[in-house]
Amino acid sequence: MQLAANAPTLAVALLPFVAALVAPLLTAVLRHNAGWLLAAVPAAMFVHFLGYLGPVSEGQRFVFGVDWVPALGVRYQMLIDGLSLIFALLITGIGTFIIVYAGGYLKGHPQQGRFFSFMMMFMGAMLGLVLADDLLSLFVFWELTSITSFLLIGFDHARAAARRAALQALVVTGGGGLALLAGLLLAGWVGGVTSMSGLLALGGGLKESPFYVAIFVLVLAGAFTKSAQVPFHFWLPNAMEAPTPVSAYLHSATMVKAGVYLLMRMQPALGDTALWTTVLPLFGGLTLLTGALLAVRQTDLKLMLAQTTVASLGLLVMLIGTSDARVIEGAALYLVAHSLFKGALFMVAGGIDHEAGTRDVTKLGGLRKAMPITFVAAMLAALSMGGLPPFIGFLAKEVFYDGLAHLDGATIMVAVALVGNVLLFAIAFAVALKPFVGPEVHTPKHAHEAPPSLWLGPLVLALAAPALAIASPWTGAMVAGPIVTSILGRPFETDLHLIPSYIGAAVILSLVTIALGIVAYLGLARLRAAVATVTTAVGWGPDRGFDQAVAGLARLAAVVRRLVQPGGLEVYITTTILFIVAALIAPPLLLGVAVRAPVWPDVTLYEWAILGIAVLGLIVVTTAASRLVAIVALGIQGFAVAVIFLLFGAPDLSFTQFMVETLSVVILALVMVRLDFRPSDHRPPLVAARDLVIAAATGIGFTLLLLAVVGQPFDSVLSDFFAENSRAIAHGRNIVNVIIVDFRGLDTLGEIAVVMVTGLAVLALIGLRARRPAPAMPAAAAVAPKAEGRL
Amino acid sequence: MEDVFAVLIGLFFTAAIYLMLSRQIIRILLGIAILGNAVNLLIFTAGRLVREVPPVVPEEAMVPLVVTANPLPQALILTAIVISFSFFTFLLVLAYRAYQELGTDEVDEMRLAEPAREPPPPGGY
Repeated sequence: MQLAANAPTLAVALLPFVAALVAPLLTAVLRHNAGWLLAAVPAAMFVHFLGYLGPVSEGQRFVFGVDWVPALGVRYQMLIDGLSLIFALLITGIGTFIIVYAGGYLKGHPQQGRFFSFMMMFMGAMLGLVLADDLLSLFVFWELTSITSFLLIGFDHARAAARRAALQALVVTGGGGLALLAGLLLAGWVGGVTSMSGLLALGGGLKESPFYVAIFVLVLAGAFTKSAQVPFHFWLPNAMEAPTPVSAYLHSATMVKAGVYLLMRMQPALGDTALWTTVLPLFGGLTLLTGALLAVRQTDLKLMLAQTTVASLGLLVMLIGTSDARVIEGAALYLVAHSLFKGALFMVAGGIDHEAGTRDVTKLGGLRKAMPITFVAAMLAALSMGGLPPFIGFLAKEVFYDGLAHLDGATIMVAVALVGNVLLFAIAFAVALKPFVGPEVHTPKHAHEAPPSLWLGPLVLALAAPALAIASPWTGAMVAGPIVTSILGRPFETDLHLIPSYIGAAVILSLVTIALGIVAYLGLARLRAAVATVTTAVGWGPDRGFDQAVAGLARLAAVVRRLVQPGGLEVYITTTILFIVAALIAPPLLLGVAVRAPVWPDVTLYEWAILGIAVLGLIVVTTAASRLVAIVALGIQGFAVAVIFLLFGAPDLSFTQFMVETLSVVILALVMVRLDFRPSDHRPPLVAARDLVIAAATGIGFTLLLLAVVGQPFDSVLSDFFAENSRAIAHGRNIVNVIIVDFRGLDTLGEIAVVMVTGLAVLALIGLRARRPAPAMPAAAAVAPKAEGRL
Repeated sequence: MEDVFAVLIGLFFTAAIYLMLSRQIIRILLGIAILGNAVNLLIFTAGRLVREVPPVVPEEAMVPLVVTANPLPQALILTAIVISFSFFTFLLVLAYRAYQELGTDEVDEMRLAEPAREPPPPGGY
């Protein structure tokens, strides 16, 4: 397709991975200044993607790629349209300032190089995720963001809280990712396609499939875990254990939006059904209220922001769930606005923490003189978050209020959005205004303005909010329009004005939000106390549930281990033998193989005699009461076998057997006089009977097996080969010997090696003893002196 | 003839398994020794039985002139006898040393690697 023209993009999207490789080296040389250089990578990519903005806003859509794993039909294929392009611009644009910020924030940290490397890896994964067209590569990048998120949350791995948060995030988002994989594969199988563009080209095909509900649930499981929707919202606040640049980048601006991205992306394929427009607003609305209320509860700046992120994600999911063009336009604008103001506010919070030494909002105040630039950035971001004109946050809120107000039966959604926005307004100013105004408060560190690397990012991101709002016609044509076109799957023209064209429901709702927001801000302390009372009363939450599940899993593992590995050898042997019995007996029974009764042909008298001696030996050895009898009986059955070999044309075997049995008996006698051979088998009668049944079943199984084998016609091809060739080729007359030393000479070499190794092992076992004094074990001590040096 | 052997081999297996299911190391070893013979006889019989004629080519011929015993199972068993003997020796010495170190020949009492009362697994992070 358009591969030739777009091939550079395929390479450009891999740049972060290259940067991840060189980052530790670069940091070793340049130390924290490496951030400025590394930020050039996302900046260059941002410029590169800007080149797509024009064509995409004219309605163009780019699909191109190369084979990745041809055997599985996986392609490294990109889909660039309004939605993925704006995401790519956010990832690279915000990423640039985050990397600069991380340079200052982690200045002097011994592992800063590793940090940069993880951040770059995440950037590459996130970019790959939003640009991926191929369903399997989408999944690969999706899980890669989970893994890099795990590494970054657990960056400070010496703290148990960080390890717990990292594991929790990985389990929740990674588990959701597996559900997503199933959903994507199912969708691809139903539609007969392997790419997202192929799925979208199906139109509403998936919605009529009987598998629609399954696909819907699986995709939602992926999106809801990633975007921290109730009841999976608990991992996101915990992820604040990560250093602040991570919280600003992964856990507010980009990664947690992957779920929202997925829902937006699949809206044409899965959306606008009764299920979609019920489930999404329900969970989204619940998440909005939960997040907003829990944000009020917090006093830690980062945790307040984290909970508002949960709330904002809920709002986005709720808005997408309407499947209404105007509401989705509001969601698109809010998505961009949220990434900008939340990224900025996180960086501000990190800056305050860095300079003042605390993030507790109740212990901060009067910083405006010490940190004026940070204060300006914070205020700009808060004004956008609060939805005041002339900021893009205001624009977004106007549009979705307008859309919701015109939607039938959306009264509840309007109310939920209103309550959520009022609380978000209050939190915005609690984070951005409260630490800066009022009398100066004594802070752990003497606060002064942060270095440029720490205020540049928040300031630029915060300034983008009014810029995008004032240039609203451009924003509508270049940002909102293309995104909505992608989400709806049909061309969408927007007419965006900063100044409302008419005084309608939207304007009134905005005014009410602001008015109530101010009230909530002033009464925040009382509100916080009220929410705290409720959460303390409830007590249990999914976060604690996670701990219980992990502990339960460990206990379950212990129970299972005790069951399958009780530490008794007889259990293992019994189990093994029972399976052998099953393998021998079950197939003839299941396959209906006729069991043949043995026939008793002409067995000569001396043959009967030797068979009888063998059986006698077996009986005596199993019932022997003294060690001498047992050894002799073992020898008897062994010699009987040797005689059998002799009678049936196997003199070589016979001689070997005689020798081996003699040696066995001698060695056994030597060892056994040193062992405490108890006179009788000490098994209780019931156990002995059970063991005898198992043993007899095994014996019968082998008898049946052999009867079945000898009942078949004999295939003598191998034996004939050896008989014909042993003299002709190998010049030996004893065919058995020729096989052993010539045809299968290597096997014999292996056999000699085994004998040698066991011989060495025996030597080592005895030798070890000679050099070390006996351990002070009473029972062993009683026996050891006799044994010394005699074996 | 093979059918009689099938029954005999069944008895060999029965005796071997019964001894191996014991909790006494020395009886388990006796069982293993018998198990080796049982398997060897199984292979021997599966290759069919021929009385008294070993698989040897006469001086004056290039191939055996009469029906001989099957050489292939014999070659396999010859290897098996030696290997099972060396392992039997090794196990015997191992049992002897275990008895010296642990002071018991009861497998239930040999619990150094898998103690009966293990602490529960760690539940933290």
